[in-house]
Amino acid sequence: MTFLPPELLRILVTVVCAIVIVFGNAVVMGYLERKFAGRFQRRPGPMEVGFHGILQLAVDGVKLVGKQLVIPRHADPVLYRIAPIISFAPSIMPMLVIPFSPKLQGRDFDVGLIFILAVVSLNVLAILIAGWSSNNKYSLLGAMRSVAQNVAYEIPMLLTLMSVILVTGTFSLRGIVEAQTNGIWFVFIMPVAFIIFFAATLAETNRAPFDLPEAESELTAGFMTEFSGMGFSLFFMAEYTYMFIACSLTVILFLGGWQGPPLPFAEYSSALWFFLKVYVLLILMIWIRWTFPRVRFDQLLNFCWKYLVPFALVHLMITAVVLKL
Amino acid sequence: MSLYRFLAEGIFFGFIVLIVFGGLLTVRARLLMHAVLGLAVAFIGVAGLFFHLGSPFMAMMQVLIYVGAVCVMLIFGIMVGQSPSQTDQLRIKGSNALLASVTCVAGFVLLTATLIRSRWHTATEQIGDFTMQHLGTSFLHQFVLAFELISVVLLIAILGAIIIARNPEKGSAS
Repeated sequence: MTFLPPELLRILVTVVCAIVIVFGNAVVMGYLERKFAGRFQRRPGPMEVGFHGILQLAVDGVKLVGKQLVIPRHADPVLYRIAPIISFAPSIMPMLVIPFSPKLQGRDFDVGLIFILAVVSLNVLAILIAGWSSNNKYSLLGAMRSVAQNVAYEIPMLLTLMSVILVTGTFSLRGIVEAQTNGIWFVFIMPVAFIIFFAATLAETNRAPFDLPEAESELTAGFMTEFSGMGFSLFFMAEYTYMFIACSLTVILFLGGWQGPPLPFAEYSSALWFFLKVYVLLILMIWIRWTFPRVRFDQLLNFCWKYLVPFALVHLMITAVVLKL
Repeated sequence: MSLYRFLAEGIFFGFIVLIVFGGLLTVRARLLMHAVLGLAVAFIGVAGLFFHLGSPFMAMMQVLIYVGAVCVMLIFGIMVGQSPSQTDQLRIKGSNALLASVTCVAGFVLLTATLIRSRWHTATEQIGDFTMQHLGTSFLHQFVLAFELISVVLLIAILGAIIIARNPEKGSAS
C-alpha cells in the first residue's frame, strides 16, 4: 500500500531535510552575523523588523528575489547565469553524509570525508567562472586570488586531515566520531592539528582575515562585483553553507561530533550537541571576522607555506611515528 | 525490470549523455573557457560512471583531481587571456584541413576496429576487490615503483615550470 518504495521515500526525505538545513542555516547565520557585527561595533544591529530585528532576513529575502538580474554588456550570458548555481548546488550535497546524531544521517558513506572534499572543490570552479564571465577587472582579480588561496590552503588542511585519518583508520564520518568516545576528543590529543585545520578552513571559506577574494576596500566585492539579486544571494547562501560544512567537519574531526552529556532519546536528540558545537565555531568565525584586519596577499601565502604546511607535515610525521610505537 | 533497476539504467544513460555533451562542447566551443568547462562536464560524467560501477572512491578522486584541480588549473591559465566578448574564428584552412580530417578518420577507424574486434565479457558479479584497502596495498606493494616514478615525473614538471617562469636575465630586478 506504500505510496513510494521505502528507499525512494528515504532519499526524498533526506534531500528535503538537507535543503531545509541549508536555507535554515543561511537565515540563522545572516541574522547572527549582522547582530554580532553590530555588537562588535557598539551598535545594536537590525532592530526594526520584528522583535530585535528577527524578521529582517525575511524582508531582505523578498527584496533580493524581487531585484532585477543585470547582465553586463560584454559578459558571457550563459556562464554568468550558471556560475551562482554551480556555487550553490554542490553545497547541499555534503549535508547528505554529515552525521548529525547516531541516527540522523542521510547515508553513512565509506568515503564520506573525501565526498565532502570533492564536492566542495567545485566551489573554486564556480568562483573562477563568475570572475571570468562578468568581464570586470575586479571580478577577475578576486577570482584569481581565490584560486591561489584555495589551492595553497588545501594542502595544510588535507595534511591535518591525514593525521586524524591515521588514528581512526577510516574515512567514514560516523566512524571518526565513534573513535572519539568517552570524551577523548581529538582536539585534546592534537591541538596543533585543530588550530591548523581551523585556520585553513577560514581561508578555504574566504572568511576574514583571509577574505581577499572579496576584499571590499580593494576590489569592491571581488568575484561577485557584478552580481545582483538572486545571483548575489546564491553566492551569499553558498558561503554560509560552506562555513557550516567547514565547522561541521571541524566538529566531527576534532570535537567529538554529536557526543556530549546524555540526553533522553539520545539517538536523535544528541544532534543538539552537534548543532551547539557547530554554532559556537560559526560565532567564533564571525568574531574573528569583525575583530582582525585583513592580511596582505603575500602575508597570506607566507603564512600558509612557511608556517602551516611545515607544521602540518611535522605533525603528520609525529602522528605516524607515535602510532607505530 | 524492477523500479530500482530501471532507475539505475536511466542514471547510467544520463551519465553517458553528460559525457557526450561535455565532449562535444569541448571540441565545438569557440571560446577556450567553454571548452574547458565542457571538459569538466565530461569528467563529472566519468565520475558518475565510476560511481555507477560501484567504486565511489574512484568517483570521488575523479571529481577531486580532474574537476577540482586539473580544470581549475586550466581555467586559471586561460582566464587572463581572452575576455568573454572575444570569440575565436575557425582557423583550419588549406592543407591543414586535409591533414586534420585524415588524422580524425584514421583515429576513428583505429578505435572502431579495436572496438569491433575485441570480445566483451559481461561481468556476472564483481570480480575484483576495488576497496580502498586493496588500492592502497597494491599501490604500495605491487606497483610501488610505478607509483614513485609518477611522483618523480611531477617533481620534474614543477621544476621545469619554475625554470621557465624564472627571469632569464640574471641580476635584473623583476
